[in-house]
Amino acid sequence: MLAPDRSAPVVGVAVVYDVGIRSEPQGRTGFAHLFEHLMFQGSANLEKLAHFRYVQGAGGTFNGSTHLDYTDYFEMLPSNALERALFLEADRMRGPRLTEENLRNQIDVVKEEIRVNVLNRPYGGFPWLKLPPVMFDTFPNAHDGYGSFDDLESATVPDAADFFAKYYAAGNAVLSLAGDFNPEQAAKLVERHFGDVPARPAPDRPDFTEPDLTAERATSYTDRLAPLPAFAAAWRVPDPIKDFAGYLPYVVLAEVLTDGDASRLIQRLVLKDRSVTSVSGYVSFMGDPFDVRDPTSLLLQAHLPPGTAVAPVLTAVQEETDRVAQDGLEPGELARTVARMSTHLLRDKDTVLNRALQYAVTEQQRGDAAIAGELPTLLAQVTEEQVRAAAATLAPNRRALVEVVAGGAS
Amino acid sequence: MTQTITRELPALESNRELIIPPGQERALANGLTVIVIERHSVPLVEVRLRVPFERAELDPSFVAKASLLSQTLFSGTATMSTGDIAAALQTVGGALSASVDSDRLLVSGNGLAEGLPAILTVLADVLTGATYPAGEVETERARLIDGIQVAQSQPSHLVRVAMHRRIYGQHPYSMQTPAIADVTPLGTGDLAELHVARVGPAGATLIIVGDVDAPATLDLVETTLGGWAGPAVRESLPPVPPFATGPVVLANRPGSVQTSMRLALPAVVRTHPDHAALQLANLVFGGYFSSRWVENIREDKGYTYSPHSVIEHSAAGSAVILGADVATAVTAPALLETWYELGRLATTPPAEDELEQARQYALGSLLLGMSTQAGLAGLASTYAGQGLRLDFLAEHAARLAAASRDDVGRVAATYLAPTRAATVLLGDAEVVGESLTALSTVERTSA
Repeated sequence: MLAPDRSAPVVGVAVVYDVGIRSEPQGRTGFAHLFEHLMFQGSANLEKLAHFRYVQGAGGTFNGSTHLDYTDYFEMLPSNALERALFLEADRMRGPRLTEENLRNQIDVVKEEIRVNVLNRPYGGFPWLKLPPVMFDTFPNAHDGYGSFDDLESATVPDAADFFAKYYAAGNAVLSLAGDFNPEQAAKLVERHFGDVPARPAPDRPDFTEPDLTAERATSYTDRLAPLPAFAAAWRVPDPIKDFAGYLPYVVLAEVLTDGDASRLIQRLVLKDRSVTSVSGYVSFMGDPFDVRDPTSLLLQAHLPPGTAVAPVLTAVQEETDRVAQDGLEPGELARTVARMSTHLLRDKDTVLNRALQYAVTEQQRGDAAIAGELPTLLAQVTEEQVRAAAATLAPNRRALVEVVAGGAS
Repeated sequence: MTQTITRELPALESNRELIIPPGQERALANGLTVIVIERHSVPLVEVRLRVPFERAELDPSFVAKASLLSQTLFSGTATMSTGDIAAALQTVGGALSASVDSDRLLVSGNGLAEGLPAILTVLADVLTGATYPAGEVETERARLIDGIQVAQSQPSHLVRVAMHRRIYGQHPYSMQTPAIADVTPLGTGDLAELHVARVGPAGATLIIVGDVDAPATLDLVETTLGGWAGPAVRESLPPVPPFATGPVVLANRPGSVQTSMRLALPAVVRTHPDHAALQLANLVFGGYFSSRWVENIREDKGYTYSPHSVIEHSAAGSAVILGADVATAVTAPALLETWYELGRLATTPPAEDELEQARQYALGSLLLGMSTQAGLAGLASTYAGQGLRLDFLAEHAARLAAASRDDVGRVAATYLAPTRAATVLLGDAEVVGESLTALSTVERTSA
């Protein structure tokens, strides 16, 4: 994917592999993310630490991230370093240096990542790690994507080699460039560096489908650090890929309910009832509604004042979603919600790196990168009727619910 | 692998020129400075309004009022409710929010470029007519208190508070988050009074960046915000005191599975002749991934996930702040490695190649930082707060390009010597206390 834009002397380079948390083997929770770390530990022609030094020594930044359905690797650099970035990505596509020493080092690093993001803070992993096991039954959808320490410590170099062999095939990857380059020259550079990466086909992607819930599933846990009670509720939504038109109204509905002080649930729960101190709503567990495949959900989460109960809040949420379903939207409500969503999409696009990433993932999941640029138009086509119909599906009997008991309340 | 071909790293093309987008500036009669920068990449506009909000002395009640004011500024005017304001902005794809720190009140937002007149109208209405309605104040007061409770359960917040107490003593910077007891009594009258006293255009800066026509936008701002009047109250902050070194402060957080380690070192303002060299020294030490400290305590030893070392600039002084959250069991070894890397750089100048790598990173970061509307707006607002314009970056780039190994070694010895560090650790004192005494005297406190 090549998306030139000469308005600033910078480029974004992204490689997206079609493997994520859902593809981890049983007994190896957290492995997709651990493997992402190993992709930075040296490769065919690069010693450990070389990748970081070459990117930053060219004035650039780098990172990678592991999602449910994909793993991305990326750089944003001054445009004089484009070829260097292509070299670096091609080199690790040929193969990372998988050594026992690097593996043990990165297991330690990942454990500290989990401690700082999950174990040592209130609401760690809430709700993205807490809801899936309630909502889903199968290992790919339900398990902890950060991984248990036992599973992480059990990981071996042969595991990593197998994972690379199976999922990190050139045929399973999309390369995307956005920013300051000449497309013809860039195409030549891509050919020069990636042309002789051994061709390997993409593995078959398993079907991760699960049936919708027919009865509510609810659970609660005590967070010893949390000062406020909280809950997260989720409902399954249509297949984001096969039924994009049916899926988009849910993405809009989440914003109608929670975007800004004019939204339904902030008006009702925060400003009128004062029954929550914050509420947010979004589609997909990692908040990336245009980067996810089926099955996924619309989520609502809220933190409550100390000592207050969740049940009345859930009732009020139900009343508000019913009101949208039955009475529809106020004049202008849909248009203004979509206008704000357009701003978010355009703002993302202003960063060449985000543009490169979005084109790559869209190409991989939808087979047509152009859809990424059409999102504002597609959202503007969502009708009030569709939003009402989406709201009508948010019934308690389809709901997965997690309550956080405030173990740290003073 | 079936074949081994050694591939050469391709050479970089020549460095891209640093092009600083020109801003158009106008000083309005009411004291507001307006800067407009055109960038037509996407049909959006970014808005940053920075109002000086310093307090000359440590004043817990002021901190509480300022925090609550920032949360209720958009809660109503004579003609609009919270919801009306939000809906008016959302209609043009926009949103505005306010935040406050010890230096300034900052209103930030963005929206569709064609909506700028509507966004500025709402902004003007709020600046000249925010009413702080009693009901909304009550709601936001409770939310602020809830938010403080959540903050107080987070190690990152607790260790920052402990560090501020350590290095700022009785300076106003020592208190950045209000105490719940100081928030509880506040009402409409307190906020309205503070608004009249401090939310004025004198010394304030409005930055607008985006897909707009600069001259027309200056006129638009003058029409919309020219009527904003207010007092010229400016308090002057005392300079920050020299940082207290001495014993390592160990704040106890029983059961903590990590120790949050923070060190503060002295730094200089952006315009100081040492600043560029200090920026490079900090990069070589720990200011980016490819630094000595990160390669040591993360990539070699696996003690931590995300160590960082940042130069923080505030109106009354600058500081280098180091942070790493390390496994409880390796607290003392991690502190030892930190001191070792600081000491190594303070006593031996960096190698030419590591200096060059840091230099390229610093220069590249300037290009990356200015490549988006939001990046430009943030930079322009931050620099304006210190009386600078973006063209200062050209001067700074020249200093980065010129700094030698000796310059960097000299500033490292001056500012990054471990003897100059104030060190604060937040963790389980029962577990880590003993091993720390092997390295330093330790002063224990509660979190």
